[in-house]
Amino acid sequence: MWLWLKGSPEFMDQTDIPAPVEHDRAVFPDGLTLDCGTVLAPVEIAYRTYGTLAPERNNAILVCHALTGDQYLAETHPLTGRAGWWARMVGPGKPIDTNRFFVICSNVLGGCMGSTGPRSPRPSASDTQGEAGTDDVAEPWGTDFPPITIRDMVRGQHALVRHLGIERLFAVVGGSMGGMQVLEWAATYPEMVFAAMPIATAPFHSAQNIAFNEVSRQAIFADPDWHGGRYWEVGAIPARGLAVARMMAHITYLSEEALTRKFGRRVRRESTPPATPCTVAEPQSLSLFGEIFEVESYLRHQGSSFVHRFDANSYLTITRAMDWMDLGAEHDGDYAGPFAGTATRFCVISFSSDWLFPTSQSRVLVRALNRAAANVSFVEIGSDKGHDAFLLDEPDFDRTVRGFLSGAAEHAGLGHHAAEA
Amino acid sequence: MRLDQRLIAGMITPGTRVLDIGSGDGALIDHLFRTRGCDARGIEIDMGEVTRSVAHGLPVVHGDADHDLAHYPDGSFDYVVLQRTLQAVERPREVLRQMLRIGRYAIVSFPNFGHWELRLKLLTSGRMPNTAVWNTPWYATPNIHPCTIRDFLALCGEEGYRVHNWMAVDEDGERAPWRRSIRLANLFGEQALFLLGKTPGGEGRRRGPEISLSDAEKKR
Repeated sequence: MWLWLKGSPEFMDQTDIPAPVEHDRAVFPDGLTLDCGTVLAPVEIAYRTYGTLAPERNNAILVCHALTGDQYLAETHPLTGRAGWWARMVGPGKPIDTNRFFVICSNVLGGCMGSTGPRSPRPSASDTQGEAGTDDVAEPWGTDFPPITIRDMVRGQHALVRHLGIERLFAVVGGSMGGMQVLEWAATYPEMVFAAMPIATAPFHSAQNIAFNEVSRQAIFADPDWHGGRYWEVGAIPARGLAVARMMAHITYLSEEALTRKFGRRVRRESTPPATPCTVAEPQSLSLFGEIFEVESYLRHQGSSFVHRFDANSYLTITRAMDWMDLGAEHDGDYAGPFAGTATRFCVISFSSDWLFPTSQSRVLVRALNRAAANVSFVEIGSDKGHDAFLLDEPDFDRTVRGFLSGAAEHAGLGHHAAEA
Repeated sequence: MRLDQRLIAGMITPGTRVLDIGSGDGALIDHLFRTRGCDARGIEIDMGEVTRSVAHGLPVVHGDADHDLAHYPDGSFDYVVLQRTLQAVERPREVLRQMLRIGRYAIVSFPNFGHWELRLKLLTSGRMPNTAVWNTPWYATPNIHPCTIRDFLALCGEEGYRVHNWMAVDEDGERAPWRRSIRLANLFGEQALFLLGKTPGGEGRRRGPEISLSDAEKKR
């Protein structure tokens, strides 16, 4: 009935490191100066584009992905074989219409889908000193990867956008951590952002969200396969810790109503045998702590499928970047400060059942934007699907995205793309 | 768009910045943008209306007159509009103050509780009047602060607001003929529409309760 049931018996099995996939990327040999002061060089940004850039180069929309997303926005994912994470929103005739707009999505700095991150080879001392190279295979950065911030991610995207020959983005759109990047874009490069759509996000990471992230990180550290972050040396990955981190985080992406509606207290049928023979260290389904409830099975699947596509050190780096997010920090706690004098048109969207980035935090943002006299729209979409609602079927949300973008396009003087006429 | 919204639009200089509080379906801000080149934005309390407005590309935020005006900076708009809502807010006097803090002008419309039909019904039946305009029973009405045209003028006098323009309007939004007499307007006008400004010389200056039309308005 559910696809995830098939995968669950493999839960917490030690997993092979995924086969490398070649990603499209732009290389910046001079790198970037990060917020922490480190110059990270070279920097590679992996990205995908959809649609056609207009000759005036004025129809580009940058979509920013969330914590565990990547650049495979609207196409089959090369690793998982599943549809792109926002394929229902981005495409020909979709609310973010690729017949009309040129859509860019890049893997964040610190990520593990082709952009420079903890899994990237660390330039050796001999490289930087210009001495004769050795035969050693370059080691990954691992836990030595410099701490990055949301603004550092945006700096990487900025380099990519300029590399693509785009002076000004028509819009920057993103949900959750992607929404944080949208806000950093509007604050850091205001003249390059005509319209901004921060979705299910906040201008700061709350204490509760930092706390959740900390539990995720501790789960990874507690895995015997963690090996102090140098797990690649022994050919392992901290799959159990990463899976537990994902399971816990996944609960925060849903809502009690959504969990009740999808699973209730339903018990798994005992007749479901393990689908494939495997060496599972966990108790089986008939035992006291096996997969008894359907919600457990669902979470275990979420955990086990995640470790196939995500790197633990990336997870640590990116969650920490979110924790540092506080747009008021450089403005005495005033969230209007970063947006003073902004000409960007904002559309802030929250979801009524989102308790990770609740509407109250969107309202803090909206009021700050009002104080900055910004042009802002604000909608709370009624939904019982929790934080993940921005990835799911919510017709009012689709209408809002489509309508805001076409209204903004009218103000920007963007004609309809020839293909649509 | 309702006819009284056309009257409101007629009070607004093209190319200005307008905040419409209670923007509803966004008809007025859409009209102001398309026909008068205004930077018009809305605040609306009903989330369904907000969603519809934003889905039509209009800049509308979810919020209400009592709680969200305080977050706008001084003088950030030329006009702040409040349509048929003053009688339903928690603190009408504070809302008017906020409107004239945020905007140079305030445009306010409200249903006139001084209309003859209301007076007659209360006098003859001894019950709360129920008319086409005031059509909810007393226990269910959102209109917690009804006032008459003369009440409103008295408040403007107390607060030192200058009345640049006013008119009585019937329920369909047509301009009513009671232009020269406030007493007749207060008796026969179903709705009232005011264009207010601050008194030159600062806020809080107490003036007489009557109208001080601008020179330009007198010439019309």
